[in-house]
Amino acid sequence: MGKVFSGAILTFLAPLAAAQNQVNMSPGVTEIGADIFELHMLIMWICVVIGVAVFAVMFYSIYAHRKSKGHQASQFHESTKVEVAWTVVPFLILIAMAVPATSTLLEVYDNDEAELDILITGYQWKWKYEYLEESGEPVAFFSNLATSQEEIYNTDKKGDNYLLEVDEPLVIPTNTKVRFLITANDVIHSWWVPEIAVKRDAIPGFINEAWTRVPEEGIYRGQCTELCGSYHGFMPVVVHAVPRGEFDAWMAAKRGAAVAQTQLAMQTLSVDDLMDQGKAVYDSACLACHGAQGQGGIGNAIAGSAVVMGDLSSHMAVVAKGVSGTAMQAFGGQLNDVEMAAVLTYQRNAFGNNTGDVVQPGDVTGMKNG
Amino acid sequence: MGAHHHGPAQGISRWLFTTNHKDIGTMYLWFSFAMFLLGGFFAMVIRAELFQPGMQLVEPGFFNQMTTLHGLVMVFGAIMPSFVGLANWLIPMMIGAPDMALPRMNNWSFWILPPAFLMLASTLFMEGGAPAFGWTFYAPLSTTYAAPSVTFFIFAIHILGVSSIMGSINIIATVMNMRAPGMTYMKMPLFVWTWLITAFLLVAVMPVLAGAVTMMLMDIHFGTSFFSAAGGGDPVLFQHIFWFFGHPEVYIIILPAFGVVSQIIPAFSRKPLFGYASMVYATASIAFLSFIVWAHHMYTVGMPIAGELFFMYATMLIAVPTGVKVFNWISTMWRGALSFETPMLFCIGFLILFTLGGFTGLMLSIAPADFQYHDTYFVVAHFHYVMVAGAVFSMTAAIYYWLPKWCGRMYSEAMGKTHFWISFIGFNITFFPQHFVGLAGMPRRIPDYALQFADFNMMSSIGAFIYGASQLLFLYNVIATIVAGKPVSDEKVWDGAEGLEWTVPTPAPYHTFEEPPAVPKPAGTI
Ligand code: HEM
Ligand SMILES: [Cu+2]
Repeated sequence: MGKVFSGAILTFLAPLAAAQNQVNMSPGVTEIGADIFELHMLIMWICVVIGVAVFAVMFYSIYAHRKSKGHQASQFHESTKVEVAWTVVPFLILIAMAVPATSTLLEVYDNDEAELDILITGYQWKWKYEYLEESGEPVAFFSNLATSQEEIYNTDKKGDNYLLEVDEPLVIPTNTKVRFLITANDVIHSWWVPEIAVKRDAIPGFINEAWTRVPEEGIYRGQCTELCGSYHGFMPVVVHAVPRGEFDAWMAAKRGAAVAQTQLAMQTLSVDDLMDQGKAVYDSACLACHGAQGQGGIGNAIAGSAVVMGDLSSHMAVVAKGVSGTAMQAFGGQLNDVEMAAVLTYQRNAFGNNTGDVVQPGDVTGMKNG
Repeated sequence: MGAHHHGPAQGISRWLFTTNHKDIGTMYLWFSFAMFLLGGFFAMVIRAELFQPGMQLVEPGFFNQMTTLHGLVMVFGAIMPSFVGLANWLIPMMIGAPDMALPRMNNWSFWILPPAFLMLASTLFMEGGAPAFGWTFYAPLSTTYAAPSVTFFIFAIHILGVSSIMGSINIIATVMNMRAPGMTYMKMPLFVWTWLITAFLLVAVMPVLAGAVTMMLMDIHFGTSFFSAAGGGDPVLFQHIFWFFGHPEVYIIILPAFGVVSQIIPAFSRKPLFGYASMVYATASIAFLSFIVWAHHMYTVGMPIAGELFFMYATMLIAVPTGVKVFNWISTMWRGALSFETPMLFCIGFLILFTLGGFTGLMLSIAPADFQYHDTYFVVAHFHYVMVAGAVFSMTAAIYYWLPKWCGRMYSEAMGKTHFWISFIGFNITFFPQHFVGLAGMPRRIPDYALQFADFNMMSSIGAFIYGASQLLFLYNVIATIVAGKPVSDEKVWDGAEGLEWTVPTPAPYHTFEEPPAVPKPAGTI
């Protein structure tokens, strides 16, 4: 039924709306998404019918009962019967709406028996995903906006998924009940993916629950929906639903990479490795504020910076702890020792800084431990 | 009852020291119009940035300052004071009282407002910029993570609260004590009734708002942790407190508007208001319900299911008395002798658009569906339909309706009607497409958006410029009327107008009803 109605609306609005202009809620890909969509259409059509009836009466009156047509005003001003009728009838209609609304809500709240738990943490302005599994190397990563500053500031052509693309999407298996445990690290955020109909506030110090079971493989995009500071508009959510087998393979690869990172942390890395990995970290975590050439922007310039070219431990302190009251965040909890060592090395040698300093993961571990 | 029929003092001291309800009403109205233009300017900045995808004019942080100040200035600076101004002018004249009950306090409640807004606006020039956490200022964005100017914001909110509380105590005291003999409660014009109920709402919830900002102040400067989980507090507590104020607040904004419409529709239908008593009861029920629905703004914070259901059912219930009001207005028009002067046009515009906003409100009240609507442009569309097309349209109708009485001059009907049509069309071009982008997934309070939202956003911005420009026409029309409008001397001005305010000479003299009037016939038959 819902499909027919929305189809009707789209046809009606077709001249006004080009194909890309979606005018209605997405029915989504999940069962709950479809239920919510049906509910939305049902309530909307009830409102449309009531609205048409009420406005028909009003416009008839505007047309027929004009003074300019010589209509004489009658003086009635009360009728208990009518008053009772238009109190009771709407009440009954509301009860009819409340029934499906209640049952859909109960479904949304049914968080039990999930097969996979994922902890989602909102940060200013990115998401962190951690797979909570009993065994194996833990898998966790950050998901940052992948749209370039050039696209945002109009010097480059905007891509198809402008502002809705990330460096690393959340990967979940299809046909599996996945439970999301949602929280935040700083201010309140809200994790929303319209097509799977999950929206939950991410509140620092508290953990909210939500769940989904995605039947179809696909990429589903959403955004943060609670004002969380300057870059609230720039922290998209991308969920990649893949078949179970593919998910397991992805998970194994992630675990392998995590193990490799832990091992790397105990080794001495070559300057080239550090610089390569450092550039990757810089581009995803630092570039937005400090510029592609280290020239600065929202943040200070890295090129020629006294902090970067000065004492190593104070350089690391700024990166790890942030600068309070500014946009410079504390990256200590976000980068592992290898990444930290790499980005410090990169900053100290790129953009003409050429200090020649090489920071090893072991140095970082050492500084962390005092 | 002195026999001193003196006029106003001369010069600036007339305005600084006045205790005259008409002067104070005038000041409130001009002040709120100035705030309307300021808040409108902020809105134009917002719409200009959103004209196209990509960042063009302002930085994201500044964009957030604009949305925050726009909301605060419109709600607390434009809409609320404008209705207090209207109350000042009209309540004494409608109940046959010589002035407000507490005239000196009346002067104070106005004069603390301009400094408060000056302070709020000055935050734009402070280090770190103006408040950027939205008009709902959720903690901890508004506490731990706010710019230093937040302290000035808190002080400004306190002053506005004091002003509102004084204003409402004055209205309650006036209505309860100063009605002319024979003016029983159930004979009072509906505008007086809706304001009386609004005043009680204000006295009940402004202290709650004051509590919320005081707790913020403590968290920021005195080391408490009301809203910080790290210290054992709870950020969601802030939202409960804010919305316990905030939901009644939206009815504080709309009830006086209901009152205005209930005065004007009968006048241009030349027929008594249908269902006077049920209008009073509906207003009272809305006011009562407004206290038990606040968490419908918080369906996604993770409330237990029982809470979720309770707030959903209670919110849905509000549709009943709201519907009763709409049905009553339409029945008032039914078989009347209708004419369509500017005030009536704005009231019909109100009726259509407010009802649309009520429908989207009903949709939003359905908790599971709200998971998809919440914090999207669909909500933005909803509250602009109820607040702009509701409160602002009815306020505009009120100005056109009573201005000739106040200044003894008639506005230009042609210009008024032009103003109506441009506003009506501009408003809908602005806000109707916002339903679409909201449903399609565009979050609110973002300075830049994905490409699929581009066309409707451009449309919205064009509409906003049209709507904004039409307000300048309004300003011009009002000034031209006061300065050089065609004189009117009829006491009634409008042939269908009823009520005591139409029994005094036109223009209304500086002092009215120094002797209590005889109350003519029951309000039910007005
Ligand atoms: C039938 C009557 C109404 C119902 C059932 C209703 C319901 C709702 C609901 C459920 C929301 C929350 C939506 C969300 O954030 O997801 C909401 C938001 C809002 N409503 Fe209404 N509403 C009604 C009438 C009004 C009126 C008369 C006003 C004011 C004149 C109003 C002003 C607002 C405002 C300002 C917001 C948004 C606040 C914000 O988050 O900034 N509503 N309404
Ligand atoms: Cu509300």
